[in-house]
Amino acid sequence: MSLMLRKSVSIVAGGLLASLAGLANMDARAGEWDVAGSVAAETRIFPGSRSFQGQDDSVFSPSLVLEPEVVYQWNRGNDRLTFRPFWRFDADDPERTHGDIREATWLRLGKGWDLQVGVGKVFWGVTESVHLVDIINQTDNVEDTDGEDKLGQPLINLNLENDWGMLELFVLPGFRERTFAGSRARLRGPNPVDTDNPTFDAGSEEYHVDFAARWSRVFGDLDMGLSHFNGTSREPRLIPANDGGRVVFRPHYDLIDQTGLDLQYTVDAWLWKLEAMTRSGHGNRFGAGVAGVEYTFYQIGGNADLGLLAEYAYDGRNASRAPAVVSDNDVFVALRLALNDEKDTTALLGAFVDRVTGETFVSLEAERRLNDYWKMELEGRLSPYVPKDGFAFGTRNDDFVTLRLTRYF
Amino acid sequence: MVKFIILPLILVVSLAVEALGSEQKGLEIAMEMDRRDQGFGDSEVTLRMVLTNRNGESSTRELRIRTLEMPAENTGDKSLTIFDYPKDVKGTAFLSFTKILEPDDQWLYLPALKRVKRISSANKSGPFVGSEFAYEDMTSFEVGKYAHKWLRDEPCGALTCFVVEWTPRYENSGYTRQVSWVDQAEYRIQKVEYYDRKSELLKTLVFQDYKQYLGQYWRARKMLMVNHQTGKKTTLEFSDHRFRGGLDEGDFSKGRLNRVR
Repeated sequence: MSLMLRKSVSIVAGGLLASLAGLANMDARAGEWDVAGSVAAETRIFPGSRSFQGQDDSVFSPSLVLEPEVVYQWNRGNDRLTFRPFWRFDADDPERTHGDIREATWLRLGKGWDLQVGVGKVFWGVTESVHLVDIINQTDNVEDTDGEDKLGQPLINLNLENDWGMLELFVLPGFRERTFAGSRARLRGPNPVDTDNPTFDAGSEEYHVDFAARWSRVFGDLDMGLSHFNGTSREPRLIPANDGGRVVFRPHYDLIDQTGLDLQYTVDAWLWKLEAMTRSGHGNRFGAGVAGVEYTFYQIGGNADLGLLAEYAYDGRNASRAPAVVSDNDVFVALRLALNDEKDTTALLGAFVDRVTGETFVSLEAERRLNDYWKMELEGRLSPYVPKDGFAFGTRNDDFVTLRLTRYF
Repeated sequence: MVKFIILPLILVVSLAVEALGSEQKGLEIAMEMDRRDQGFGDSEVTLRMVLTNRNGESSTRELRIRTLEMPAENTGDKSLTIFDYPKDVKGTAFLSFTKILEPDDQWLYLPALKRVKRISSANKSGPFVGSEFAYEDMTSFEVGKYAHKWLRDEPCGALTCFVVEWTPRYENSGYTRQVSWVDQAEYRIQKVEYYDRKSELLKTLVFQDYKQYLGQYWRARKMLMVNHQTGKKTTLEFSDHRFRGGLDEGDFSKGRLNRVR
């Protein structure tokens, strides 16, 4: 993120903080405060050695994460200020040591409408393996390799809901750049990404104003959404450049138009899912889709539920003119286990296999509450088979397991 | 000779009439229960749930349940459950549109991902947040969900109760039947015995500390569920019962679920 935008995000957040502080001095009966959040200690464990000179070679890579949340509500809960900053202090990677404003919003709830202004997060979609239609927020890539962590997005968002469904309208003034691991860190590939020198299609660079809209409706057992986005792509193309004798990747953010469709049909213990999108601006217009099914066996051996997931992902982009994507022709299968015990123990084991190259990713996530305040999590990201020209060739030795202990307050 | 045919016939017919009569009476009791609870409009209640395992170790959940009464006879109520405690699930919300015989429509909101998920409602007999209450125990009472039968009248504490049998007519129930004690004074459920798919006694639920609201609506402020097969129990303590807070269908929509607090 450029200094200027960082400054403007800070100003928005500072203003919100100041108004929160101002409200604190008001009559306490006028509204309602809620302070919550979490602090987590984690370590990544890299069993393999580094692939490139200059990379950190330690097996353990510890980190500390702080994520408080302050909410103030008034006007019978119809006005709400939310402030949720985020900090990570990483022992090994200065790029992973970072702060962000995940959320700093004012929300007004009306009858059949709501308006949200500030920095926020929005999720669209139904599938589990890839999120094709989810486009509002930038991925906070240093957090995890699964792409689920997002940076706060400056937005003005009006939602209208009526018999014809729900219409979400977005003005997105300001762009967030994707985060990448630093040059000394693991998970960076052969060439570091030079996040200090990005380039843009848009003349106004990260100040370009993006627009988005989504219509969604529930038709009985069918949940449906149609969306469109116009603006700067959240996915950068990585362009090789010479940086004083060494090759680096410089992110280039193109202007795109993307139309998306998401469907879920829910019947008995089956969830049938589809996401599809078509995009222009990254070479010729192309399409991508992911379709799949989730079936759950309930109460196996007592109270546990076992879910079986299978999805197929296709992406028709031209790799030379669009950002590279792993899920171009891939099958995803997974098992989801929920013990439904008092500790809410859950686990997810998934595998992503490329139908042409056989390149395979395996992901494992498990969590369990220790008591009312502590939670333990385990995550594994492995690439058991990477061909020579594979997507993850540069990170093939960077399989890792994360152990995380979180305290909620 | 005729006597030998007619006598058993009379016996069978009279038994059938009596059975019909007890079914009719059971249905009338349920309809009266339903009638007495009509017109509350909407409600909100805070709920503290204490789960205790066989070794006496306990854990606590805190949640709020908002209910919207749907006046149409063939439509069940809408309900919204918001989790406050433990903190790792704080902000999680569960929206359910109860149906009579069709599967319910259900969505879950996961605040960390800001994601609203439509979920399967086939899991009626599964445990609600690890407790001894199944999902089907947490949904609203609708007459049409059961076949009804009056069994007998008997004293229940200081009151006299109808003892009635409810046989679920909807799919995926974990019960063959529920036997309920309903007091004759105010048609309040005092106790329920749940019988599992093998027709063995699974759980007993006792309602305590009833309070009347708006001069009409009785709500138990304490419920105790004991699972006889596992020895586990779950206590529900209700507080801050509020009615007619002006909630409408817009507060119970999928689109509003990620705004709920």
